Amino acid sequence: MCGLAGFSGTSLPDAERRRVLGRMIGSIAHRGPDGQGFHVDAEGAALGHCRLSIIDIAGGDQPICNEDGTVWIAFNGEIFNYLELRADLLARGHVFRTHSDTEVIVHLYEERGPDCVEALNGDFAFAIWDGRARRLMLARDRMGVRPLFYAEHRGGLFFGSEAKALLAAGLPGEIDPVALDQIFTFWSPLPPRTIFRGINELPPAHLLLADDKGVSVRRYWSLDYPDAGEGSGASQSRERRLRDELAGLLADSTRIRLRADVPVGAYLSGGLDSSVITTLMKELVPERLRTYSVAFESGEFDESRFQDEMVQALGTTHKAVRIGAAEIGTMLPAVVRHAERPILRTAPAPLMALSRLVRDDGLKVVLTGEGADEALAGYDIFKEAKIRRFCAAQPDSARRSLLLKRLYPYLPRIQGQSQRYLETFFGFRADDAQDPLFSHLPRFRTTGGAKAFFSRSLRASLAGYDALADLREQLPAAFGSWHPLNQAQYLETAYLLPGYILSAQGDRMAMANGVEGRFPFLDHRLVEFAARIPPDLKLKVLREKHLLRESMKGRLPPSILNRTKQPYRAPDADAFAGPGAPAYAARLLDPAAIAGGGLFDPHAVAKLAAKHAGRGSLGTRESMALVGILTTALWQDAFASRAPAAANTMRASA
Amino acid sequence: MEDNLTARIRHFVEDNFLFREDADELANDESLLDAGLIDSTGILELVSWIEAEFGVRMADAEIVPENLDTIAAIAAYLGRKRPASLVA
Repeated sequence: MCGLAGFSGTSLPDAERRRVLGRMIGSIAHRGPDGQGFHVDAEGAALGHCRLSIIDIAGGDQPICNEDGTVWIAFNGEIFNYLELRADLLARGHVFRTHSDTEVIVHLYEERGPDCVEALNGDFAFAIWDGRARRLMLARDRMGVRPLFYAEHRGGLFFGSEAKALLAAGLPGEIDPVALDQIFTFWSPLPPRTIFRGINELPPAHLLLADDKGVSVRRYWSLDYPDAGEGSGASQSRERRLRDELAGLLADSTRIRLRADVPVGAYLSGGLDSSVITTLMKELVPERLRTYSVAFESGEFDESRFQDEMVQALGTTHKAVRIGAAEIGTMLPAVVRHAERPILRTAPAPLMALSRLVRDDGLKVVLTGEGADEALAGYDIFKEAKIRRFCAAQPDSARRSLLLKRLYPYLPRIQGQSQRYLETFFGFRADDAQDPLFSHLPRFRTTGGAKAFFSRSLRASLAGYDALADLREQLPAAFGSWHPLNQAQYLETAYLLPGYILSAQGDRMAMANGVEGRFPFLDHRLVEFAARIPPDLKLKVLREKHLLRESMKGRLPPSILNRTKQPYRAPDADAFAGPGAPAYAARLLDPAAIAGGGLFDPHAVAKLAAKHAGRGSLGTRESMALVGILTTALWQDAFASRAPAAANTMRASA
Repeated sequence: MEDNLTARIRHFVEDNFLFREDADELANDESLLDAGLIDSTGILELVSWIEAEFGVRMADAEIVPENLDTIAAIAAYLGRKRPASLVA
C-alpha cells in the first residue's frame, strides 16, 4: 500500500509542476517509505506515488503506463482478484511488463474505461491520466478502505491520499464549521465534506472524471437491502444453506487477501471477528502465523485473557503492546496529525501503537476483523434499537428495564438505575418511532450534547445548521422500505465505517507506520451477501452475529465463539487529568488559548476542565467534549494556516 | 427570587452540567434529561453531591426523575427529606 498525489488542468510551468508534485508526495511519504515515482507530462497532468512494496517488489514501481504510454496510473491499495483479471487480459492480447496488480487496472481501463472499477475486487484509490481523452479519473473502493481527497485549485484539479498533500500544494488550512458540527454529531464529516474548507473527500464507491469540460462525480456501486418482510421466516434448511455460503465466502475473501510477496500477519483482539479471521488464516497457511494485539493497563478495557486463549488454541507467534492513559496522552498530537481531524474518542491512539509494533516486527500487512460488526450485525446499537422498538410497542411490559440492563453488562454504573431513567437514557421519545434515524438517535443526541461548548461565534456561523436533517436528506430513496435492522446497519456501514472506523481509526493509524490493513469481512461479495441474510438470522433475538457464530461452530474455542461483543474502547478523558496528564492539555485548555482558537466558549471549557480535575470522572458527553476540544486545538496547531487568522476568517464569515 | 436551597442546587447544576454562562437561563422546572444535561454518570454525580452536601442518604427507590429531574424537584425532595437542616 502506498500514497498518491497529483493534479491536472493547471497551466503551471513545467518546473513548478515538478516542484509542487514533489512537495505533495513528500507530505505523505510515511505511506510509502520504499520508494517514490513521478510522471509529469506535456499535457498538464502530474501523477506522483510513494510506495510500500508488497506485490511484485522488483517491478511494481509507479506511476506506470499502458503499452503506448497514453494511459498513466498512480494507485494505492490492492486488487485481490488481480491474478484472475490478469489471466483474462493476457488472453485478450494485452502485454504486461510487470507482475503487479497496478498494471491490471491500466489494461482493464483500456478495455472498459471508467467502468473498469466494476470488475475490481479490492481496496483501492487511484488516479488515471488518459492522455488521449485528456481526462483525469479518480476512483475509490466500494467500502471506503483507501482514502482519496481532492480540491479545485489554481485552475485545475488536485488530489492526494491525505489532505496534507493538498495543503502542500498550497490549499489553505481553514476549518469548515459545518464539518465540525458533523463531527460533534456523527464522529465524522458527511462526505464529500471534510474538516478542511475547500478540500473534498471522494466518497466510497464513487469515481470522478475531470477534463476540459469540467468535473463530474458519480456513484458506481451502492449498498442495497431487500424490502422488509421479503425473504423472512427462514427455515432451518435455509439457515444451514446461508451458514455454509457465508463460511465459503469468508474463506475465499480471506484466501485472496493473503496474496502478497511479503509475510502477512493479523490483529488479534480476542473478540469473535479477529479470532474468526485468524482461524481462517491458520487453516489456509498453517506455517508460522504472527499475531498482534493491544493490551490495556485498565481491566475495564483489556481483553488479554481472550487473546491468550486464541494464541494458545492456534499456536501463533504473538506480540502485544501495553497501553495506559499516559501513552494515549503522549500519542494524541501525532494521532491528530495523521487522522487530520478532531476526534471525540481516543480509541485510534492504541491502534497507532499497534501498527508500530507490527512495523518494528518487520511486517507490512495485517488482516483484521473489521467490518463484521457492520455487515453481520454485531454492534450493541443494533440490540439497543431492537429493545427500544420492543419497549415502544409494549409500554406496559415489566421486562423492559431488565432488557436494558442486559444490554450493557460491561458498564458498571448502569445496573442500579431505575426504569424511568434507563428508558430516558436509551432514548424513548414517542415521536422518534417514525424517524429514519431511530436506531442512532440516542447516540447522535449524546454526542451532539458536546456542542454545548461551541463558542457564540461558531454558533453564529452555523446559523441553525441541523446535521440530523442533513443526514436524513442524503439517505437512499429505498431506505424507508428496509427492515429496521438493515436501516441501522446501513447507517453504520455507509457513514461511521468509512468516515471513522476505516479512516481515523484504520488507514491513517496503520499508514502512520507504513502498515496495510486488509479486511476479509469487507469483501464486497460478502457485504452484498450479508445484506440479503434475513435480519432474524443476523441478530437472533439478542444474539449478535448469530449466523457468523453458526458458520464457525467447532472451529473456534467455545468461550470465544459464544463471547458477547465487547466494544473496543480506550481510556478517554482519563488520559488528560492527574499527574500523568500531558503538558499540552493545560496549555490548550487555557481560557486565553481557547478564546484565541475561536471555536469554543472559554468559560464553559474552564468549568469542564475544573470538573475533570476535581472529580476525575466525566460523563459520556463531557468526555467526548473534552477529547473533541483538545483534538480540535491540536488540529489547529497542526494544520490551521496561522490558527488565529483562520478563526478570524470564520468569524468574519459569520 | 430564588431561595438559598434552590440557588445552591442551581449553582451545582450550572458548574457541573450546564457549563455555559451565555446559554439561555435554565428554568427551575426544566427537565435536565430533556435538555441533554444529564446522563447515567450525571445521575450518580448528582446523587453523590446531594448525599455529601446535605447529609442525606438516597435510597435506590428515590433515585427517580420525579425527585431529580428539575432544579425545583431536587429542592422539593430535599425539603421533604431534611426540612430542618436546610433552612440555613
